[in-house]
Formats: sequence, structure tokens, C-alpha cells
Amino acid sequence: MEGGAGLAPDMPLLRIEGVAKSFGSFRAVNGVSLDIRAGEFFALLGPSGCGKTTLLRMLAGFETPDAGRILLDGRDIAQVLPHQRPVNMMFQNYALFPHLSVRDNIAFGLKRARLSRADIAARVAEMMALVKLEGLETRKPDQLSGGQRQRVALARSLARRPQLLLLDEPLAALDKKLRERTQFELMEVQRRLGMTFIIVTHDQEEAMTVASRIGVMDAGRLDQVATPRELYEAPRSRWIAEFVGDINLFEGEVASRTRNRLTVTTRDAGSLVAAEPRNAVSKPTVFVAIRPEKIRLSSCVPAVDGGGASAVNRLEGVVTDVSYLGGTTTYKLKLESGAVIRASMANTTRLDMDAYGPGHRMVAWFAPEDCVVLEQ
Amino acid sequence: MSARNISTRKIFTGPARLSAIVPYIWMVLFFLVPFGFVLKISLSQTVIAQPPYAPVFDLTAGWAALKAAFTALSLDNFRLLVSDDLYVLSYVRSLIVALASTAMLLVIGYPIAYGMARLPRRWQGIAMMLVIVPFWTSFLIRIYAWINILQHDGLLNRLLLALHVVSEPVVWLSTDSAMYLGIVYSYLPFMILPLYATLAKMDPALEEAGADLGASPLQVFWLVTFPLSLPGVAAGVLLCFIPIVGEFVIPDLLAGSDSLMIGQTLWLEFFTNKDWPVASSVAVVLLVLLLVPLLVYDRLQRRQLEEAG
Repeated sequence: MEGGAGLAPDMPLLRIEGVAKSFGSFRAVNGVSLDIRAGEFFALLGPSGCGKTTLLRMLAGFETPDAGRILLDGRDIAQVLPHQRPVNMMFQNYALFPHLSVRDNIAFGLKRARLSRADIAARVAEMMALVKLEGLETRKPDQLSGGQRQRVALARSLARRPQLLLLDEPLAALDKKLRERTQFELMEVQRRLGMTFIIVTHDQEEAMTVASRIGVMDAGRLDQVATPRELYEAPRSRWIAEFVGDINLFEGEVASRTRNRLTVTTRDAGSLVAAEPRNAVSKPTVFVAIRPEKIRLSSCVPAVDGGGASAVNRLEGVVTDVSYLGGTTTYKLKLESGAVIRASMANTTRLDMDAYGPGHRMVAWFAPEDCVVLEQ
Repeated sequence: MSARNISTRKIFTGPARLSAIVPYIWMVLFFLVPFGFVLKISLSQTVIAQPPYAPVFDLTAGWAALKAAFTALSLDNFRLLVSDDLYVLSYVRSLIVALASTAMLLVIGYPIAYGMARLPRRWQGIAMMLVIVPFWTSFLIRIYAWINILQHDGLLNRLLLALHVVSEPVVWLSTDSAMYLGIVYSYLPFMILPLYATLAKMDPALEEAGADLGASPLQVFWLVTFPLSLPGVAAGVLLCFIPIVGEFVIPDLLAGSDSLMIGQTLWLEFFTNKDWPVASSVAVVLLVLLLVPLLVYDRLQRRQLEEAG
């Protein structure tokens, strides 16, 4: 069951083809196609009810697709029963067996695989070491902390060395600090074992931290599949831009197109210049989108700036709100049109506190290259 | 513990104590005191008088008379119980009937409870109603209905004759089979409800986790579902076993008269023989016998609580 062994290099480990699933009249998954390569850490990201969990449950075998194929290692497993799949799942609330000790929980899948007693003991010890739980073998799940239970669940799902490991919101029950630490441990385990992981999460920060590629789902469809950077810097739709991270949007009409530059007349911020998007804009109404950290602020109009053209987009406004977040500070700026934009600045020095308080008049500017042009 | 916990504890100290005492008062007044009477009568001798036993404690007769009454108490009735086959056989039959019918109840009730717990939510309430609905009719009427069904020219025989399954009426009534049928029919809700309660609150992800880890549906049942439903099994078994041991009506109406359950023997001693002391000692021994499974259950529950804590 070693992951990806004997696989043709151009063939993905998992190929999902036109998979659909409805519950009554509700279309939970609506024609999803996706390839996942061996050794990938893939995240399915989306709001609750977007179909990501249903898709994961179809991979595990708990739901049967109404249409489409699920090819694992070239074999269609859509109709294979859960206990006959070389796939394991880490459940959202861990689903540890409360009547079994930590050791027996981890050994559960190994016993079903009819491993010898010595092999089981060795594998359990290996898993206990992997998740740093040595010494807790005889504890029952309710005698463990939340973080320890999470590790047992991970060890149990890894013990059978599945070709594919599915993780359903594996860190949702942990507090923020522990969650962040565990994210890195998950990545470390995935790298060390070279296994293929698919994680389902509604937390975009978590998806971006752990995954090498992210599939964003909405209303049963896969909207964009991209690396975290692509998703953040080049979102394909307004919805994704707003779902992943924070963004300022200016709706407007395309006024002119010159030298790969798009001039857009916006309702709220006047004329803005943006770099021509990769996929050509066809509709006249577009959104110019700019991330808060790509906006620069100062109290006077920058007389000289590096490159000259970077200051093309210039907006004036009054600070209405300042949120100090430690590493960064987010300013809310009310423009003359009444629209409010958010700009964040890195706090690179300890001094300079509250430099721009509420009521302060400021200039915000950003480069055309940092804008993304989106259609509805 | 948090500050909030401490303060709630303080607020509820007075009423909480009172509400803890109430059940004890109830138990003392309506269980322990009557039991004291029964115990005293079981140590007395039968006489043809009013009341039909002696000695009688007369608190007005003075200290010496009371002392004499005490010395007149004896264990003779209990010696009779162990020396006469009638009683021993009744006890043994009661335990065997209770064990066998509880086993049947478990085998029949578990799949029903399991099926109910797996129904869609909106159907579960209806299924629960169907289980409880027989309680709306008097228990005695339901047993008499069974007599009607099982008797010589009853529904069952007429149906079998009409379908040519049998050529002449079969004797159903006054057999052990009829008694077991009656017991299983009457006690089934008491088995189903605690099992259903345990199975319905079980996290379905646990069974999925079992399947995910390579267990076949049968293995999932034996390795995950059944062990986790044991508290419900224990509750259902005790809820059925204990009253069945002392069951009087069902064996009296549906079983033959060649062997008696202990409840019937007790009834005979009390009402036919008018021997209150022997009847009382039969009751005392029955109670002691039934304390054993109750104590075992209590021990199990306490261990579970400790493990959970």
C-alpha cells in the first residue's frame, strides 16, 4: 500500500471526473473534476455547505457519487466499500473509539489488515513516536487532552499507510496557538512519509499554510485550483478574491486600453490604472481589486517615488479607524466619494506608534501591477 | 474549578441538600418500613387468628412482653423454603424463565432498537410512538387478547386451519411457549427503549471510522457498535430480568399449571394457604436474590463513571 509506487509519471494518483452528488433536491457536489498527484498536500477550501466535505466523503466511500468516476491509481473506486479502499480518513471530531486504549485505537486498522502481532506492535510504536505520544499507550481517549486526541487520530489514520489520507477539518477543535503549531507538524509528517494528503477546511489561512495546492469550492463547484500564491495574487473571480484574504474592490467601466494597461473609471475612486489581466477582460463592467497590504499610505503626496508610474493610482481620504494587530496595522480610510478602503502597513519598527490617528488626512497609492482586474 | 462553578455550588447548597434527602425519606417511608414489616412477619409463625401470625408486637404491653415477642421470632420459615422442593424449584424455574426470556428480548429488541436509531430523524419519533402505544391499553386486556388468539378455537388456530397448515387445532394456550410469547410481548418496550437511547446518541462517525480502518460491516458491529451499546444492554436486561423473575400474571394466565414461578407460589401461600409468614419469607428471599444483579449493575455503572471522570 506504499503511496504512488509503480505509477506512470504523467498519471495522477487520484483523478476525479465529473463527480456529482445530490441529497434530495440539494446539489451538494455539482460536476467536479480534479487531478491530484502522488505526494501532494492538497486543500479543499470553501465555506460551510459548499460540498467539500461531501466530496471528501465520496473519496472515503461514505457517499456514492450519482455521476462521475473516482480513479485511484487508475482504478475506479466510486462503488468500492469504505473498508475495501486503500484510503484512510482523519475525522473532524477524531471519532476515536472511546472503549479502546490509545494503543488499540491505533492498532484497530492494523488488526483488520491481518498483520502479525509483532508487526502490529512495531507499527504502533512507530506511529506513537511519529506523533510524539510515547508513554500514553494505555490511556483511554477521554483521559487525553484535545491536542493528544488529535495526535492519536492522526496516528490511527496513518497506521495503515494509506495511498491517500483524507483530513476532515482536522484542526478545527484546537485553539489557535495549538492549531498553528499542529499545522507545521502535519506538513512535517506529510513530507517525511511522502504520502498524499487531502485536507478539507473552511479556514483559508490553514489551507494556505499547509497545502501546496488549493481547490476553492463554492455551491458544489470547484471554482479555482491553484497554489496558495496564485490564489491570493491572481484570484479568478470576485468571490474568490473576497473569500481568500482581505481585498478592496472598485467597480467601474473600462475606459481605455494602452500598453498592457487598463484604465477603469470607477464610481468610488475615480480613474484607476491596472495591469491587463492574464485572461482578457470581455465585459465592460469590471472590478479593480487591491489587497490592503499593497496600498501605501503617507500624510503627504509623494513627490518622488521609485519608478514614477507606481504612484499612478492615488486616492485621498480621512482615517476613520485604526486597528493595531501587532505585526501590522490596518487603517480604514474614507474617500471623498464616501467609500471606505482598508490599507495595512507592516510595523517594521517599534517607534512611530499611532502615527496616523483617526481624522488624519492621508494619501493612499498603489501600483497598477498590484491591482487585479476581475469580472463579476 | 472555575469561579463560576464554585458560586453555583454555593447558591444551590440549601435546596440541593433538601432535594437529595427527599428520595431517602420516600425510600424509608414506603420501602424500608414496609420491608421491615414483611421481614418481621417472615420470622413469625402462622396462627388462625387476626392477624394470622404470631407473635404480635404490642408496644403498650410493656418491656417484658416485647422481649418475649422478640424471642418468639425464628428462622423456621426460611428452613422450610430450603427443605421443600416446591420453593427451590419455583425459584429455579423463575430464574430460568427470566434468563431465557431476557435473552430472547435482547435478540429481538436489539435489531429493532438499532433499526430505529438508524431511521431518519423524523421517523424516529413515530417509531418510538409505535413502541409505546401498547401501554395505552391495559396490560391485563392485552394478555386476555393473547388468550383469545391462542385458545383452542382462537384466531391463530383458525388461521392455520384455513391455510391448511395444520389439520386439527394445536394446543398453544397453557404451554411454556405461550408464556414466553406473553413475556416477550409485554416486556419488549422495556428492552427496546434503553437500547434505542444508547444507540441513537452514539456518534455515527465511530462506525464510519471502523469501516474506514478496514472493518467489514459485521466487524464494525461487534468491535464498535455493540461494545459501545453495553450500558444500554445492561439497563435493558435488568429492566426486564428483575420484574420477570417475580412475574405472576403472565405465567398464571398463559402457562400450564404443572410448574410454578415464584410469584405464583407466593400468591398461593398468601391467598390460598393464608400462610403470611411463609409468603413473607418467600418475598424476602426473592428480594435478596434480585439484589445480586442490581449490585453488579451498580458496580459497573460506578466503574464507568470513574473511567469517564
